[in-house]
Amino acid sequence: MIETDRLTKRYGHLLAVDELSFTVSQGEVLGFLGPNGAGKSTTMKMLSGFLSPTSGSARICGFDVESQPVEAKRQIGYLPEGAPSYGEMTARSFLDFVADIRELRGSNKAKRLEEVIDRLHLEPVLDQPIDNLSKGYRRRVGLAQAIVHDPRVLILDEPTDGLDPNQKHEVRSLIREMAEDKIIVISTHILEEVHAVCNRAIIIAHGRILADDTPDSLEARSNRHNAVTIRVTGTATGEAQSALQSLADVDRVEIGPDETITVLPRQGESLLPAVGRLALERGWQVDELHIERGQLDEVFRQITTAGEEEART
Amino acid sequence: MRNTGIIFRRELSAYFATPVAYVFIVMFLILAGAFTFYLGNFYERGQADLEPFFTFHPWLYLFLVPAVSMRLWAEERKSGSIELLMTLPVTVFEAVLGKFLAAWCFCALALALTFPIWITVNYLGDPDNGVVLAGYLGSLLMAGAFLAIGACISAATRNQVIAFILTVVVCFGFLLSGFPIVLDLFQGWAPQSFVDAVASLSFMTHFSTLSRGLVDLRAVIYFMLVIGFWLAANTVVLDIKKAD
Repeated sequence: MIETDRLTKRYGHLLAVDELSFTVSQGEVLGFLGPNGAGKSTTMKMLSGFLSPTSGSARICGFDVESQPVEAKRQIGYLPEGAPSYGEMTARSFLDFVADIRELRGSNKAKRLEEVIDRLHLEPVLDQPIDNLSKGYRRRVGLAQAIVHDPRVLILDEPTDGLDPNQKHEVRSLIREMAEDKIIVISTHILEEVHAVCNRAIIIAHGRILADDTPDSLEARSNRHNAVTIRVTGTATGEAQSALQSLADVDRVEIGPDETITVLPRQGESLLPAVGRLALERGWQVDELHIERGQLDEVFRQITTAGEEEART
Repeated sequence: MRNTGIIFRRELSAYFATPVAYVFIVMFLILAGAFTFYLGNFYERGQADLEPFFTFHPWLYLFLVPAVSMRLWAEERKSGSIELLMTLPVTVFEAVLGKFLAAWCFCALALALTFPIWITVNYLGDPDNGVVLAGYLGSLLMAGAFLAIGACISAATRNQVIAFILTVVVCFGFLLSGFPIVLDLFQGWAPQSFVDAVASLSFMTHFSTLSRGLVDLRAVIYFMLVIGFWLAANTVVLDIKKAD
């Protein structure tokens, strides 16, 4: 369990994190979202014990990060932003060093090392200095050191930054596999990632929580949530548009490229049955029909820009 | 202290993973030899001792030791690995001590490799090997004091050049604090007891006691205290500004 209580970090006049209180429990994969400079990394640095909070507190599995730092750090696997490591070391000796500090010994150590090396496909680069590795491999070495001791809490600052699509996919499946018995906090810019791995998302801007919800409910806040997109042939698009416009619960109708018609509902009402019936009655030839789930990036923009206006006033 | 041992091993092997170690050791040996034979007139003196060898150690260390210490923390800061180290379950002091001991051990190795001069002097004459040993002890302790100062200064900046220059200046101050060049700064405005206190901090006086063969416990304790003080300061500096 991670608990923070009015966690605050101030740099001179700049309030980087402003009384953040939240709780994360086992099995949750929490995605931290926010524009650059929102306070995501600062929060993660305080959770991992690198930065001292200006005020407020954070507890990791019951250990306060300020008064019991070593115990708290034992519970955590942490991937700092940019995955720093000791560049002159080989990947093998670096992981060995971290395993030693993490108090892994003997056959258990060998087993754990083998497991993370295998899981992150580090075998081919083990004996190269980390400085010589590609960005993707360096990130994976950073992930390997974070999970080598099978921690209860994983804090990953932009874990897939710099990876190619295949590697991203693998890292995401790795996170999902580990999710069940761990607490995972990740920060990311990539909103599709939130969908792929998180079961909870916190949007922060200017150091404050603006939204805390599941990715699905966040999407439902979009005005495109449950919108129906349809493409018909053999009927004039204009005629179809006016017919759709007259349905109940329709907010507005948009004509997209390739003659697609998107029907946006009022307050996320389900429109599909009504649209389906209409198409049947009129005998339209439907080439394409799908429901939009809403776009997270749109919701993200809505929430963060609204927060900015609020901050300005 | 197990963690100190692990960090010590990692640090020490890091010296030999880059050319730094070899360049340092070779330069140290060449300069130590050149000073002894050319400036110290090792042969011409006709005496079977290593005084001309040890006399130049403070000056050698003044430039070579800061070159070792400047990277200790400044490099961690620059590369960001300090964030990794400080979020591992180790205390700040364990990390400070591990890094310092590795650097000191490295200097000890360089010093130990000057053994041919000891063989030479034993071949040529019949020196008092107790005096030689005391000289080596003094030299090692002084190197440790320089390193501890350098480690602390290195923790305060991410720029290695700044760390180097500041360390040279501070070490120079400590080296010559018994001499007018430093004392004149305080003479006249500071109380005499303060001037005397500054004078008693001189590395040079304590080192020359030891290098003359006098294993004065006060000199040994003095160097250990200097090392302890600067390592404690190093820990405080890191606690305050490890993330800046």
